[in-house]
Amino acid sequence: MQLQYFLIVAAALFCIGIYGLVTSRNVIRVLMSIELMLNAVNLNLMAFSNYLDPVGINGQVFAVFVISIAAAEAAVGLAIVLSIYRNRDTVDMEQFNLLKW
Amino acid sequence: MTLGQGVQFVTFILLAAMMLGSALGVVLLENIVYSAFLLGGVFISMAGMYILLNAGFVAAAQVLVYVGAVNVLILFGIMLVNKRQPLTPMARAWLSQVATGGVCAGLFALLTVAVLKTPWALSDLTPIGEGAIIEIGKHFFSDYLLPFELASVLLLIALIGAIVLARREFIPDVAPGQPEPDTLQLPERPRELVSASSLSDLSES
Repeated sequence: MQLQYFLIVAAALFCIGIYGLVTSRNVIRVLMSIELMLNAVNLNLMAFSNYLDPVGINGQVFAVFVISIAAAEAAVGLAIVLSIYRNRDTVDMEQFNLLKW
Repeated sequence: MTLGQGVQFVTFILLAAMMLGSALGVVLLENIVYSAFLLGGVFISMAGMYILLNAGFVAAAQVLVYVGAVNVLILFGIMLVNKRQPLTPMARAWLSQVATGGVCAGLFALLTVAVLKTPWALSDLTPIGEGAIIEIGKHFFSDYLLPFELASVLLLIALIGAIVLARREFIPDVAPGQPEPDTLQLPERPRELVSASSLSDLSES
């Protein structure tokens, strides 16, 4: 039953990340929620690697790639936030509505 | 249940409680600095979970990269865009929160049912544990070579892109006595800056 425990915890973390992503008004909290979702996916991959593929550990290799991609994306996302803050002088997601119809 | 299995189970419960509690704090607390530090708590408990899953190398990489780099970067971002102004309250904001909470709870129920119903093909080989880092190295240079090289290219692109997006204009040389031009002010935090000419005075004397 151990694999299912890890998968359920990862599912809960993913759903908490989705809630934060949709409802946050601060754009940095949105970036933090994206990191939560990426970590939930990583936990899934590592659990599968340990219980279904313990010798080939392809899940761990995949998880290392996800960690590096997430770090790069966090850096670029924060650079974009900084750039928007200089132009709009706010970090409120409700004000970033130029693309709305 | 043996003692080892009991310890593993209790550790798993503690780490899961710490992780989910910190994650709820990240998305629900008003103060964003508290959220950023609780995000660090999520990352550390995730590293603990990786150790439970016989993956010491990935746990160390998680602490180094996520706690050491991503969390610090997020804190820097919070400090730079720290607008101490309360957000204008939206009308009927609770409606969107309740709806999103319902959708997330439904998604969690769906995922839990899928997890519990699937007949997982559990392997009974022993995990390689400490030999994982050698195996990861072998994977990186044999069947995961292309993603490895592409990841390095992507990191280079992200580095250059972040610098280009976040940089300010070139600082011109100001003769002493002239007023400071506006471009020297930090757009995020306007304050007194030392101009380039007074710095060169210090280096010559």
